[in-house]
Amino acid sequence: MFPEYDVIVVGAGHAGCEAAAAAANMGSKVLLITMNMQTIAQMSCNPAMGGIAKGQIVREIDAIGGYSGIVTDRTMIQFRMLNKSKGPAMWSPRAQSDRMLFAITWRELLEQTTNVDFYQDMVQGLLIKNNRAYGVITGLGHHIHAKAVVVTSGTFLNGIIHIGEKQFGGGRAAEKAATGITEQLTTFGFESDRLKTGTPPRVDGRSLDYSKMDEQKGDDEITGFSYTNTSKLHSSKQRSCFITYTSQKVHETLKTGFSRSPMYAGRIEGVGPRYCPSIEDKINRFADRDRHQLFIEPEGFTTVEIYVNGFSTSLPEDVQYNALKQVPGFENVRMFRPGYAIEYDYFPPTQLTHSLETKLVSNLFFAGQVNGTTGYEEAACQGLMAGINAHLKITGNEPFILKRNEAYIGVLIDDLISKGTDEPYRMFTSRAEYRTLLRQDNADLRLTAMSNKIGLASQERMLNLQTKIDGVHQVKNLLSTVSAEPAEINDYLTTINSAAINEKQKLSKLLLRPDIDIFSLTNGVPAIQHQLQSFSTEILQQAEIQIKYERYIEKEQEIAHRISALDEQLIPTNFNYDKINALSNEALQKFKKIQPRTLGQAGRISGVNPSDIQILMVYMGR
Amino acid sequence: MYGKLSGWDDTIAALATPQGIGAIGVIRVSGSLAVDIVDGLFPSKSLAAQPSHTLHVGFIKHNGTVLDEVVIALFKAPRSYTGEDVVEISCHGSPYVQQQVMQALLNSGARPAKPGEFTMRAFLNGKVDLAQAEAVADLIASNTEASRKTALMNIRGGFSHILKDIREQLLTFSALIELELDFAQEDVEFADRAKLFELLYTAQQKVQKLLLSFKLGNVIKNGVQVAIIGKPNAGKSTLLNTLLNEDRAIVSDIAGTTRDTIEEVLNIKGILFRLIDTAGIRQHSTDVIETLGIEKSLEKMRNADIVVYLFDVGTTSTAELTAAADDFAKQNIRFLLVGNKADTGYPGQLPGDADDRALLPTENIIYISAKENGNIEALKEELFNTAVQEQSLSQETLVTNTRHIAALEKVLASLAEIIDGLQAKLPGDLLALDIKTCLHFLGEITGEVTNEQQLDYIFSKFCIGK
Repeated sequence: MFPEYDVIVVGAGHAGCEAAAAAANMGSKVLLITMNMQTIAQMSCNPAMGGIAKGQIVREIDAIGGYSGIVTDRTMIQFRMLNKSKGPAMWSPRAQSDRMLFAITWRELLEQTTNVDFYQDMVQGLLIKNNRAYGVITGLGHHIHAKAVVVTSGTFLNGIIHIGEKQFGGGRAAEKAATGITEQLTTFGFESDRLKTGTPPRVDGRSLDYSKMDEQKGDDEITGFSYTNTSKLHSSKQRSCFITYTSQKVHETLKTGFSRSPMYAGRIEGVGPRYCPSIEDKINRFADRDRHQLFIEPEGFTTVEIYVNGFSTSLPEDVQYNALKQVPGFENVRMFRPGYAIEYDYFPPTQLTHSLETKLVSNLFFAGQVNGTTGYEEAACQGLMAGINAHLKITGNEPFILKRNEAYIGVLIDDLISKGTDEPYRMFTSRAEYRTLLRQDNADLRLTAMSNKIGLASQERMLNLQTKIDGVHQVKNLLSTVSAEPAEINDYLTTINSAAINEKQKLSKLLLRPDIDIFSLTNGVPAIQHQLQSFSTEILQQAEIQIKYERYIEKEQEIAHRISALDEQLIPTNFNYDKINALSNEALQKFKKIQPRTLGQAGRISGVNPSDIQILMVYMGR
Repeated sequence: MYGKLSGWDDTIAALATPQGIGAIGVIRVSGSLAVDIVDGLFPSKSLAAQPSHTLHVGFIKHNGTVLDEVVIALFKAPRSYTGEDVVEISCHGSPYVQQQVMQALLNSGARPAKPGEFTMRAFLNGKVDLAQAEAVADLIASNTEASRKTALMNIRGGFSHILKDIREQLLTFSALIELELDFAQEDVEFADRAKLFELLYTAQQKVQKLLLSFKLGNVIKNGVQVAIIGKPNAGKSTLLNTLLNEDRAIVSDIAGTTRDTIEEVLNIKGILFRLIDTAGIRQHSTDVIETLGIEKSLEKMRNADIVVYLFDVGTTSTAELTAAADDFAKQNIRFLLVGNKADTGYPGQLPGDADDRALLPTENIIYISAKENGNIEALKEELFNTAVQEQSLSQETLVTNTRHIAALEKVLASLAEIIDGLQAKLPGDLLALDIKTCLHFLGEITGEVTNEQQLDYIFSKFCIGK
């Protein structure tokens, strides 16, 4: 019934979809197996993509040739560039998506991708011989063969859903849990553990009084996520979000349910994310706060369903309902479905190599929440990398590994592999040492050519890239050779309260002033506008960033250079750490387990001290 | 037989006291076989059976021959300098005997230690951190009580602690900034800017204090360069001899006797002074050149910390002195005016009348008699005070290492950048970059940022035996 595939992807969430698309676009014959064809690319939690650090990841996925950016651009109902007041490294695109449209668009894109087959069934085991994966066994008993398998099981492995005192098996609201894989892999020596995450209630938008909330509109300018020429939403068609707050009264009501909370009753063993706490967690941990912010997010263009961001909870439904009713604007709220917590199996990611292949079983790749991460963006980028590396592996090529100074994706995977995680891992800009280099505006400059080289990023993307590179070059040239005369620019400078100039000055120098940006400069000075009007906004902005923040970019590059020397120093495979009795015990255990590839990676392992690295360095150097 | 790594689990030995003839010489042996190896040469008793930190008297015997009567100090792992088993053999001071004992040790399975290898092992075994290891190098090179004290203090880690403190505070700061950045859209509480400023200022002060201590630290470690200059026959060499109490420089009444620069060291209250007597000014033998001599000497001595301007009270005019003092002041040179030959008829005062003297830029002219040893103690006292100046010798922490200073200066500069940025309301991400830079330089001192050149540099400064 089934041919032999090159790559089987288990699970069709954000990781699985990207994995299938990447492997197929590189030429592999791919089978995407999902338990439910209707829920491909579901946004199980909030209907939004991007945000701080996550937006940068989506841009990177797009620059490499993944689909998440394109799907988001096509399905967004609101767009905002966060952090515009900060340096460009912090600018983070974020979009509200139409949940249903998002899933439909992903499925359409996959259906249009040659080489992707679909099958609806539950994978219950892997075919493994001589520590090498060669296919899967499904619930219906099919043995399907493939050269490589990518597991993206999300929250489904032995998933248990908790709402108050009720608990039941499930991988997502109204969907079954998956079983078998954890049990099988454990016999091969894999370690597994439990994590927990949660989601807030969904409510009926018609029952809310928005006049009691603050409106949060989308940006006037929608730049979107994709570097391709994907058509974008018109800014006037955006839907607004709203902001409201909990209160002491809400907190008191919530507390009445604590005795029936699965968290406090100890029914949940899994560790939840510190960074995205449930509302009951927030009340507990930040007892001095008398209110917490709630974002009221529409789930689509036409639906009345509303996502109550900030109110993640696993308290009993009646408590959720009674507490919500105390929130300003929610007095008459009708609940569509309650929030819940979900526990699931993950495999601590220190069991993987940097290509996301497992160390114990070759040709087996893990991506997404099964590696202990949280977030669509984190999952999607791992899926992309696992799909790429599965294809490269079976075609006998070197793995595609991004360094920490090349991409957030590189930071994420290196963190997972080196440090592991014992709570759901979410990306932050602060996790990246080279934040100033890893901006959302230059993901294509960083990654597209690399991806093209391995056969993924398309020629169209390369052409766009070249246009951008050439344009930026020309603009920078212009700005650093053309000077403004006092007569032509001082009027403009006066209007923006910036000091007038006495003699002519290079435009690039003027641009260093914090109060001058390239757009107001061109608008304010007709002579300059004439020179620059043929260039796109994206190109002008890129040139501006490169000029304006040069000092910082250089500074960071310098530090990156100093530090990355350690990342160039390879540790021999099968290095005998036991011989070094000077290592701290924790470092010794971690080194033996993780087998870092470089001294740099060794240094990032948690529990390893600088002195351990110095010691290693001295040993290796002699 | 030895693989790449095996150089670190063998047993090493080296003479730990300076080469040459002394009353005793200490040979240090370190490594897992240290006790066994020495036991084989020490028939009096079994060292392996003795507790750590004990002394044992007996004979070293090799191939049936008694080599020496020695005292053996036993330090068992991990309570030793290197963290390994360490045996120190105090033998008699003859280089021949020491050589014989070393040979016996090598024949029994020890190998000669490389420079710095004992300290390297101490470092590898976590007994010292990098800054402490460097302090060991300083201690070895120390030759006064004050520099010994400073080095010892740094070995105990006092200086590292201060920096680690600052580093931790900065890390806290940077964590707060990062929190603001990553949770800007969420309702977290942000850092109190005033507190951040306070934190930075405190760090700045601490670093400044450390930097200031370098001046004194350097004085203690390297000594103070003192140039004695003056016109021919002012008595420079005589003064040098008197200060040193020995006849080092050739002294005669013929002007221009001293042809080369002579450097001698003098210990005043624990501080080392390097006294430089300048060559005569007779390279060209015209009078005009001679009068230019002061200037020439000045040029030569520009690197000196203190210039002693020695003049003959019998032949020097106030105007001359005034001119010289002006010159020093202009060039920012610390100087002492010392009137010599105060025994020849002008004790305690200058020639000329009182009005002339009032023109002198400093009241503090010291009158001495180099020949008669008159008032030399006062001169020493003045040298000491000038060197130490406002700084107190009892200051807790002293930075003596130029590598540390270079990094500290960068730390200070980046602290200033952070403060500037904070004042200019620079976005947090750019501020964070400045903080990161600062942390990087701090790490260069304490070793949090590791790079191999740094390690090589540090361990290359050691002599064998440490």
